[in-house]
Parts: sequence; C-alpha cells; structure tokens
Amino acid sequence: MNARTQKFASTGLIVGVFVFWELFCLAAGISELVLPRPTQIVAAFLEYAHAIWPHAWQTLYTTMVGFFFGVLIGLSLGVLIGSSKLAYDTAYPLLVGISSIPKVAVVPIFVLWFGAGTVPAILTAMIICIFPIVVNVSTGIATVEPELEDVMRSLKASKAEILWNVGLPRSMPYFFASLKVAITLSFVGSVIAETVASNKGVGNMMMIASSSFNVPLVFAGLMVLAAMGISLYAIFAVLERRMAGWAMRKHN
Amino acid sequence: MSDDRFVHLEKVSVAYGQGAEQTLALCPTDLMIGKGDFVALVGPSGCGKSTILKLVSELLQPSSGNIFFGGREIGAKPIRVGMAFQSASLLPWMSVRDNVRLPLKIVPPFKASFREKKDAEYKDRVDDLLEQVGLLDFADKSPWQLSGGMMQRANLCRALIHDPDLLLLDEPFGALDQFTREELWQTLQTLWLDRKSTVILVTHDLREAAYLANRICVMSARPGRIIEDRTINFPRPRSIDVTFEPEFGALVQELRALIVHAAPGVQEAAA
Repeated sequence: MNARTQKFASTGLIVGVFVFWELFCLAAGISELVLPRPTQIVAAFLEYAHAIWPHAWQTLYTTMVGFFFGVLIGLSLGVLIGSSKLAYDTAYPLLVGISSIPKVAVVPIFVLWFGAGTVPAILTAMIICIFPIVVNVSTGIATVEPELEDVMRSLKASKAEILWNVGLPRSMPYFFASLKVAITLSFVGSVIAETVASNKGVGNMMMIASSSFNVPLVFAGLMVLAAMGISLYAIFAVLERRMAGWAMRKHN
Repeated sequence: MSDDRFVHLEKVSVAYGQGAEQTLALCPTDLMIGKGDFVALVGPSGCGKSTILKLVSELLQPSSGNIFFGGREIGAKPIRVGMAFQSASLLPWMSVRDNVRLPLKIVPPFKASFREKKDAEYKDRVDDLLEQVGLLDFADKSPWQLSGGMMQRANLCRALIHDPDLLLLDEPFGALDQFTREELWQTLQTLWLDRKSTVILVTHDLREAAYLANRICVMSARPGRIIEDRTINFPRPRSIDVTFEPEFGALVQELRALIVHAAPGVQEAAA
C-alpha cells in the first residue's frame, strides 16, 4: 500500500466513524443526554466557544509547564541512570515503585500541600510523564554497543565525551518516542487534577457541565482535549523526524 | 629505549574471576614489537588474542606483569591508539566524513583546535584519507548507505585519521566475503606502507595473517600463550598472487598444523 492510499484510508476511517456515530444516534433515537451526535457537539462547541477558551488555555498552560519540567527531570535522570551501572541498579527499583503508584491517587496530596488550582495540575502533569522519559533515555544510553565504547575508550575519550558524542545522540530516537507518549500522558495528568480539585481548566469545565447535564458540552470538552493532544503529538512527531530521522530510515 | 621494543609485554598474564573460580585467559607472556612492525596474532577462538589488544590499548589491566611503550611503563606517556573491530560500528546519525573525523575531536593535540579547523584543515585531512581508500564520493553519505566492505574502509579510516602510534585491528575483515576481504587487504597494505604505523592484527584467517604481516605470533588454546613466532619475508608490496604461490601455501599449512595440534597453556604457570 503506498503512502497516498494509506492517508486516504485513515482519513476515510476517521470520517466514517463520525458519520456512523451521527447516523446511529439518529436511527436509534439516542437522547443527547446519553450520547450527543457529532453535529450537536460541534454546535455546543460553537455556542460555548467563549466560555471554553479560558479553560482550554488553562489546561494547555498547566500541561505544558508540567511537561516541560517533566522532560527536564526525566532527561537528566535518564542520562544519570543510563551512564552509570551503579546508578541504574540503585535507582531502578525506586523508580519502578514510584511509577506504579496511580497518579490520580497523589492529586489529593498535592491539593493538601499546595491548595486547589494550578499547582497540583502542573505537578500531576509533571510526575506522570517523567517515568517513560527516564526509562527510554537511560535505555538508549545504557545500550551503546560495547565495541563502539571500546573504540572511544581506546581514543582516551572521557566519560563525558563518550556521553556527548555517542550516548546522547544514540538515545535521541528513544527520547522522542517517549516524548510522544509523555505529552499525551501530561494531558491525562492535568485533566485529572482539574477534575478533582480546580475551578479552572477543561477537566473542571466538563465536571460542571456534566453535573448540569449539559452532555454536548462535556463532549465538546473531550474534543478540545483530543485536538490539543493530537496537535502536540504532531509537533513532536515533526521534531522527531528532524532530530532523529536517521533512526527511521527504513520508513523513508 | 630501542625501536625494536616499541611495545613490550613483560610476563603479562590475565585472569578473569576471583578465587577458586579464577580462570586464566592469558599465560604469562613476553612479547616485543618493533616500531613500524606489522604483527599478526593468530590462534583458536578464545585464546587471548583480543585480550592482548585490550591490554595494549589500556582497556584491560594485566593481572600480573608489566607493559611498556617506547621503554616507559604504560600510562606514563599517553600513546595514540587507533582501533577497529569486526563490526564497523559507525555512528548512524553522522555522515561518513563526520564519523572518520570523530577521533580528531577527542584525541589531543587535534582536539584543542577542532572547532576552528574542522571545516578546513581537518576536512581536507579526512577527505585525503577517504580518497586513498576510494570512499571520497561517499563522504556525505550515511553509514547505512554503504556496503559492508565500504563500512570497513571507513572504519579503517577512523582508526587511522589521528595518526596513531599503534593501530590495533581485531578481526576487521571477519564478516566480509572473500573478494571484498582481499581488496581490503590490499588497501590496508597500501595504507601501512604509506604510514609505517605499528600494527597489531588479530585474525582467524591464516591467509590474511600471512599476506599482511611481517611477523606472525601463533597462540595456543586458552589459556593462551605464544607457541610460535615467525617472520614473514614475502617482498612488498605483495600482490594477491603471492597467496597462490607454493611457499605461501606451505606456510599457511604449517601454521594451521601448529594451531590444531597445540596443547593449551599450563595453568600452574600463572601462580
């Protein structure tokens, strides 16, 4: 299958899903309180666009700030853990332990410490995306071919030189793969935090809308989240192609 | 210091593991290699050939004995080493030129002026070498666009670009087909005749050793020891035809018999 038919097929599938949804709801006479039709969702989005905008902005803001710090911490930890066997063995059990805690469960603690609002959302978005980045970056660095490392060491390269010239560039494909996962996870984190404890953000808006049975608005919120998630994913996919395209030669 | 002792291993042995489970990889070995010499180490697998390379390149510490370079203890004065292995392990995110240029970024004195010179003097230096091995047209290509033989040419260039005092080759042509391998023998011979660097070549291929080296050290099975040290006098430059001469065939036969019938080194000798 060539690239064009593939694009055509995937677009067709997306459009098809929405058309089916619309027709199914119409045919089965499903109430908009249960499952609004796509057209009703779009109508709700247009009607409430002014009200949605600040919430969307808040969610985007907390997600991006949390993601930024998550990447910073994840990358540094990944480099640290990946470049030392001792650090790898020491820190890994702790990391696995922390990562296995459902992040929803820590939101109340953040609220207790920092009060409801922006800070817990940022923190949740941050911690939820650290782990995949750490795992990927450290794997990329730790799996440098031993022969390559021998070549570098025989040139009397320092650890830092090996890391900079070999380890880091080598881990870039892993890093960008993890960024695509991390950015979507960050949205999960901030929306969860907004749902639990905030008076702003798309998560909060959806909570309020659902409690007043404004189901089309709830779905409009979902659409906004999906749109933001997809856009950021796309941005990182482009970045990945530019920074680590050498690893994807088989697909070109 | 004399030139015939450029590299000097004195009663060097290597053991892996601890206590009762200790296994001897290399029996106490004496080896002297002259400056500008081309020495091949041959022997069955696991006999400690690569161990000797690792010792000389300071990737491995000997369990006993001393190693000298130019009369001084190892580490006293840094010597420049170039190394190439069977897998070319070129960096896939760099062009062939950047791969070959990498040692200049790391090895003194080149590294001090890498920033200013990398696009001028160093680029010419890399391109000259690439031209010599017939890779200049591929300088801007990515490593994965090259054939196996070309990758090994680039690998050789990377090992030579910083003018190493010592070139260490660990079965560099082991994964190549016969024709490509013979082409690369000639390339390597040309480079060596041109530069007269000191070379230690580890190989399984006795024809390769006999064609390339001035001297062949035959090693026994593990724990390794040198059981034969032979000078090879075919005139240079050698053409591939030399490998079909009866004298060459007889030499290869003889070396083969030595390896097959060699007893392993004596374990007690380590203690």
